[in-house]
Amino acid sequence: MNRKQKKMLTRILCALALMIGLAFLPVEGWLRFVLYMIPYFVVGYDILRKAVIGIYNKQVFDENFLMAIATVGAIAIAVTGEGDYTEAVAVMLFYQIGELFQSYAVGKSRKNITELMDIRPDYANIERDGDIVQVDPDEVAIGSVIIVRPGEKVPIDGMVIEGESTLDTSALTGESVPRDIAAGAEVTSGCINLTGVLEIQTTKEFGESTVSKILDLVGRASSRKSKSEDFISKFAKVYTPIVCYSALALAVLPPLVSMLVLGLDANWMNWIYRALTFLVISCPCALVISIPLSFFAGIGGASKEGVLIKGSNYLEALSQVDTIVFDKTGTLTQGVFEVNEVHHSNLDREQLLYYVAHAESASSHPISQSLQRAYGKSLDLSKVSDIQEISGHGILAKVDGKHVAVGNHKLMATQQISFKECHYVGTVIHVAIDGEYAGHIVISDVVKKDSEQAIKQLKKNGVKKTVMLTGDAKEVAKQVAEKLHLDEVYSELLPQDKVEQVEALLEGRNAKEKLAFVGDGINDAPVLSRADIGIAMGAMGSDAAIEAADIVLMDDNPLRIVRAIKISRKCMKIVYQNIFFSIGIKVICLILGALGIANMWLAIFADVGVMVLAVLNAIRVLFTKKDFERTKR
Amino acid sequence: MKKTYNIEVDCANCANKMEDVAKNTAGVKNASVNFMMLKMEVEFEDGADVKKVMKEVLKGCRKVEPDCEIEF
Repeated sequence: MNRKQKKMLTRILCALALMIGLAFLPVEGWLRFVLYMIPYFVVGYDILRKAVIGIYNKQVFDENFLMAIATVGAIAIAVTGEGDYTEAVAVMLFYQIGELFQSYAVGKSRKNITELMDIRPDYANIERDGDIVQVDPDEVAIGSVIIVRPGEKVPIDGMVIEGESTLDTSALTGESVPRDIAAGAEVTSGCINLTGVLEIQTTKEFGESTVSKILDLVGRASSRKSKSEDFISKFAKVYTPIVCYSALALAVLPPLVSMLVLGLDANWMNWIYRALTFLVISCPCALVISIPLSFFAGIGGASKEGVLIKGSNYLEALSQVDTIVFDKTGTLTQGVFEVNEVHHSNLDREQLLYYVAHAESASSHPISQSLQRAYGKSLDLSKVSDIQEISGHGILAKVDGKHVAVGNHKLMATQQISFKECHYVGTVIHVAIDGEYAGHIVISDVVKKDSEQAIKQLKKNGVKKTVMLTGDAKEVAKQVAEKLHLDEVYSELLPQDKVEQVEALLEGRNAKEKLAFVGDGINDAPVLSRADIGIAMGAMGSDAAIEAADIVLMDDNPLRIVRAIKISRKCMKIVYQNIFFSIGIKVICLILGALGIANMWLAIFADVGVMVLAVLNAIRVLFTKKDFERTKR
Repeated sequence: MKKTYNIEVDCANCANKMEDVAKNTAGVKNASVNFMMLKMEVEFEDGADVKKVMKEVLKGCRKVEPDCEIEF
């Protein structure tokens, strides 16, 4: 509890003690009034002060004003009646208890959830004059060597230059199996070093490191509000005035009607009391607090499991996903190609791979990477010039002064080079040197081991259609799609075709059915932003993907999508529960209050009780972990 | 230009009200209050005097919630 809350607690306890004491004190008349005013002011002076400021600032419909009117009104009735001030003081007392609980619960869950996401390293160790000193990670320049001991967090992205260890990446990826690393391996900040001492040369500044990016992203996430939140804030805006005017009507109309029309006793006090009960119920706190809290807990819980959601709106949309479009390479497949065959080449394998690897040296495309790997030797970049990458076709470059063209059959066609078809299933890379066909390389990609399970789980969790888009050849695409039981597959697409395809899929859908696109963030930024929800995979490090996507999966396990959808569904369920529950109870209390069945005691308990329950329910969003272990197995 | 400020406010409804006030302050293009993180993100109009605008925002916010605080 902070200082403010402690002070409030003291005030509440004092007022409570005074009230108990007064209950045994046989005083009557004005003295009784004065004595009861002591606990009233002790517990409610700030409300009264704010109410006065509110009137001065023309903010009539805030809860301070309402509570002030309700309690002052109840006191006035008590003064004219038999002098039972307990009710008025108790209403103020319970209102404050409710406020205190709310403030405490929100503060506590704010802290818990932030801690959950807290991967911020506090310091970095650097060696200075033979001593290891702790410095602020912000002060470490690129290229510095930092030392990470077992049990410490890696503070900044970098490369291991000495040491062997295992890393716990669970804070980033949710993946519980530790990762082995040795010299030469890239490490991401936020991981925890488990076994050995590591010397790491930083490759980024702290502000550009993965940890900072994630914190920044998650921190801003709940600023993007969902429709439910907008609905609630709009509702709160009209709810309070409506209840207040109803209260006014309730205080004035029935007595007037019974007096003038029916000729009965007006019974003013009774109706005014009912109206004041209305005012107590008019505070929309429970609703307004529980909805953002649920979303915050949802986003926090998801990030704990390696799913970064950029806004409450995306969490909401994710729960309505009915179509998921996958990119193939790197998403459903590992994106690690292996060179299987070299065909029809007049050069030997080594020589062909030499040209190919050099031509592809500037590309980060998974195919290029695997060709470079297949070559296996270090590249001499001075031998390459005039590199031209033609998206969806391939690469043209000059290697050793020769014009090398590496790409698919479309590239060969545009270069007017006749080529030989390959009868193997796999991705075929044709090569031409100085306009002469130099054979082709067959490479193949491996389906991720969890892809099939993920597709199955998605179907089970209400996703109606799964689609795969790929730039790859038809046969390869078909093979993968059949293996994974995908509903639709579109192959041989250029990046811009993918956007068109997604647009075609988006057409004629109703607003409640969302389409998500899942890609690995390479070459598919336009599609990521075009889909209702763009999900980037394995994005540790890829800035473009983090930028373009709405949801970022920290590793490339497709099962995380299932997990993300489950969290979003649970979160939305709780949000709707809270909306209906809070509004429902309020409406019932309003009706009971108008009929004279509910008194002010019940009203304040309804108000505070609903809020407490809604807050507790919201926090429930966080507890979903066990279920994941089951789906994983 | 966008800037983020730490804020102090006790109730979620007040946070919503503060957001409305900030949005309607001259010089502010858009504003968003994040009650859970206790942050206010303000997007200023081009050429706006940030200090001056924020003073107005705070003044407005104090009207709807006398106890609120914005660090700027």
